[in-house]
Amino acid sequence: MVFKLNNQLLSRMAIGDGHGENSSYFDGWKAYDSDPYHHQNNPDGVIQMGLAENQLCFDKVEEWLKKNPAASICTPEGVAGFKDVAIFQDYHGLPQFRNAVAKFMGKVRGDRVSFDPDRIVMAGGATGAHETVAFCLADPGEALLVPTPYYPGFDRDLRWRTGVQLVPIECDSANNFKLRMEDLEAAYEMAKLNNIRVKGLLLTNPSNPLGTILDGDTLRNIAAFTNENNIHLICDEIYSATVFGKPDYVSIAEIVDEDRKSGRNVLNLDLIHIVYSLSKDMGFPGLRVGIVYSYNDVVVSCARKMSSFGLVSAQTQHMIGSMLSDAEFVEEFLGANRARLAERHGAFTGGLGRVGIRCLRSSNAGLFVWMDLRRLLKEQSVEAETALWRVIINEVKLNVSPGSSFHCSEPGWFRVCFANMDDETMEVALGRIRAFVAKHKEAMKPARKLCAQSSLKLSFSGRIYDEFIMSPRSPIPQSPLVRART
Amino acid sequence: MTESASSEPEPPSPKPRAAAAGNGMRLVVPLQGVVQGRGGLILGSLIPCALFYFFQLYLKRHRSPKRPPASSSNPPSPSASSPNHGDLARTSSRSNLLGRGSIGPVQLSSRGMAIAKPNDSPYYVGLEKVAGDPFHRVDNPDGKIQLGFSENTLCFDLIERWMKENLMDSLMGGDGAELSINGMATYQPFDGLMELKVAMADFMSRVMGKGVSFDPSQMVLMAGAAPAIEILTFCLADLGNAFLIPTPYYPGFDRDIKFRTGVELIPVHCRSADNFMLTVTALDQAYNQARKRGLKVRGILISNPSNPVGNILSRETLYELLDFAQEKNIHIISDEIFAGSLYGTTKEFVSMAEIIEAEEFDKSRVHIIYGLSKDLSLPGFRVGVVYSYNENILAAAKRLARFSSISAPTQRLLISMLSDTKFIEEYIETNRRRIRRMYDLFVGGLDQLGIQCAKSSGGLYCWANMSVLIALYSEKGELELWDKLLNVGKVNVTPGSACHCIEPGWFRCCFAALAEEDVPLVMERIGKVAEMCKSGQ
Repeated sequence: MVFKLNNQLLSRMAIGDGHGENSSYFDGWKAYDSDPYHHQNNPDGVIQMGLAENQLCFDKVEEWLKKNPAASICTPEGVAGFKDVAIFQDYHGLPQFRNAVAKFMGKVRGDRVSFDPDRIVMAGGATGAHETVAFCLADPGEALLVPTPYYPGFDRDLRWRTGVQLVPIECDSANNFKLRMEDLEAAYEMAKLNNIRVKGLLLTNPSNPLGTILDGDTLRNIAAFTNENNIHLICDEIYSATVFGKPDYVSIAEIVDEDRKSGRNVLNLDLIHIVYSLSKDMGFPGLRVGIVYSYNDVVVSCARKMSSFGLVSAQTQHMIGSMLSDAEFVEEFLGANRARLAERHGAFTGGLGRVGIRCLRSSNAGLFVWMDLRRLLKEQSVEAETALWRVIINEVKLNVSPGSSFHCSEPGWFRVCFANMDDETMEVALGRIRAFVAKHKEAMKPARKLCAQSSLKLSFSGRIYDEFIMSPRSPIPQSPLVRART
Repeated sequence: MTESASSEPEPPSPKPRAAAAGNGMRLVVPLQGVVQGRGGLILGSLIPCALFYFFQLYLKRHRSPKRPPASSSNPPSPSASSPNHGDLARTSSRSNLLGRGSIGPVQLSSRGMAIAKPNDSPYYVGLEKVAGDPFHRVDNPDGKIQLGFSENTLCFDLIERWMKENLMDSLMGGDGAELSINGMATYQPFDGLMELKVAMADFMSRVMGKGVSFDPSQMVLMAGAAPAIEILTFCLADLGNAFLIPTPYYPGFDRDIKFRTGVELIPVHCRSADNFMLTVTALDQAYNQARKRGLKVRGILISNPSNPVGNILSRETLYELLDFAQEKNIHIISDEIFAGSLYGTTKEFVSMAEIIEAEEFDKSRVHIIYGLSKDLSLPGFRVGVVYSYNENILAAAKRLARFSSISAPTQRLLISMLSDTKFIEEYIETNRRRIRRMYDLFVGGLDQLGIQCAKSSGGLYCWANMSVLIALYSEKGELELWDKLLNVGKVNVTPGSACHCIEPGWFRCCFAALAEEDVPLVMERIGKVAEMCKSGQ
């Protein structure tokens, strides 16, 4: 019943949708989808460690929902509000929702800063928020600077429909992948030399995949740089509530606040924007709550109009509005979130450490670790990393994400998510890793045995890795990332 | 001065002037030389240009880095007027020339600037005006009555009752508490849960008449009809391409289709003589004109039932459209979002899906847009559908759906509701009945005021001809009437010009968000304005 294509009928975007489905990265997802781990039913299945979900605090949310039935319009207490919610499609959003989100964002930052509810603009998840910001700030062909390693979804979210380019700024392990001012300046100059018009810099803070945060001074220097060069500074702070240890988190909002309160007023606030979401901090990716927060009134206006394409369901706004207005709950949730993440992170890195596997030491945030497996590579190359990755998927049966998919310039690093499982599953995963390391201790340096597959040459310029493939329940693998049309 | 000097072969003036003046003449002399064509060209043109350039450079270097006045003076409200936007665009290109370190106004993207501009279409202005002073029978009886927004509140009592009776299922998805949290808190398929697709397919076939069935695997779900139409546009057309669209059309298409895709809309004018029905002649004409202008037409966008007129397209017209599309090798997008909001009794609604199933047409060019905002009165929940027979379009739309996915708990609630087929049947039938009743009351009321409406069969509105009331038979006259209705009559309707109607005097009046007892008041207010117009005020 469904007809085959008549190529002339498709837009370039529809045709250009790469058959990244043939990318070997899909082996990881395919392996998981075809053989998902389950305690009882499939104890030898592949454990999903490539999806950054936060499932550690469900019980808190469930408890709150039970105690607050009016928050849901699907309860006797709440149904009276049904009509108003069902009809509400104003792109300004429910005032209660915006107020609650603004308060929540402030709480996450220890109430050191406050957020203006009128600057809160909805978007279809963080995905939609990033795309909206790119549409607002850059025209096709213009570029954003992004430090590596970075979330693979940026290649799609920021470039695909917008036509915007990404210019990577390479960071390396010599200083824990921290962005250096000289690298930022050099990348900017190089872009200009190549006639690329840079419109802004995108920072993910806390970082995905590193799990590190930027200290106040670095953030200040970066803000000064973008300010001086009159380019935008976009701060993706979607992991801000996952900071579980010292040093304390510093948000760009605090830098802005500092600049204003001190009377210096050096920063041009029209250049500063924050992308936020509830998908990671609260573990609510299914709710599709994305937020664009900009200090630039024109951007707020523009993003708000675009939010028609990704409004948050009024039912969800209503529920979140209630939940996040409950200061006591928020306090308790944030505390529990941090504590449990710290515990899980400690247990996981501890377990890895005992078998000699190191993770990025400065990591104190995020839902993952940045694992260093360089010693296990037969050579320091992307091919070797890919070969090792295939082994980890097929033999160790863990779906982890190879550093090359994050555009990491050094092979051998892997992002491993630990917050989307219970303790038992984590122990199983650690057990498998222990067994693997033990087996390969002898075969480490000169080992050729690691590489089992045919020597696939992969060029990473075009291959993009989609991390948001289906959740365990759905059998159909999500389509791969698409190569953006230039 | 210099001109008169240049007309003489031997200008006498420079000498005495040069003798008399001091430094100033060193500047003037080269300029005179330019005018007289005596080789002072280089100096005469270079020097002032150079001076200007350096002056600009000086200004830019020394301007304070604080918030530039143009953007900071804008209040956050989207309706604020921003006269400086044009300037911002020009200055930025100059700042580019000056290179690094130039301090100029902050640049958004050009499309961002265009979108941020306040929209002065009466469609949006009217909506905002009412929002500022909304009518309420008890709390604000002198407020403005909204007839410009096509929403339906006639059957909320049914939905509320269903909610009360089925609460546990609706939140918990029938599987208990476990499912609800995991359902909303984990990533779900971006193009919608399969159970919801199945439920939507069933709902759509009930709504559109049992003659057609929909296949859930040909469906992509997204957060509303707005993203649905935008995503489909991205899949079917490239930047700069165009769609043909019969007028008058829904003002929101100018945003949904054009904003970010860069695709144009080419109007195909329909006239009252044809009851605003689309003719293939007009379509052909518009297509050829577009070709002459060098625009590549990628498809036709129709709405059926149409908005704002409320027409239902006949089978014959649908066949003709398919033939036309086949001949020109273009797509057809059929927006059938009002398919369940029918009040006519003579004409039967025929979905594009029904035609396509029955006949031997090339299905790869047909796509249907649907949603729950109108037929199930749930615009706040954000549910839209792209239904296509083209597997490549489906694959592309699925990937794009990640930017506009439906919230998971909303999906679960709807799966429950839509699966209760007994309730749905009752709802569809009652809805039609109540819309019919309101239509009769409203159109009847207008009729008594001497205002005729176009013959229509569906939608949540009627298309009223108020041309007898306008002094000047033009868009200006129409807008004057609209203004009177809004500010004096305190009734917001949508003027035809906002819908790109080629004939002035037509207005879309939405009646499905009114209560029956409010209709006489609406008629009274419109009547008052009508009187004013007739007596020439």
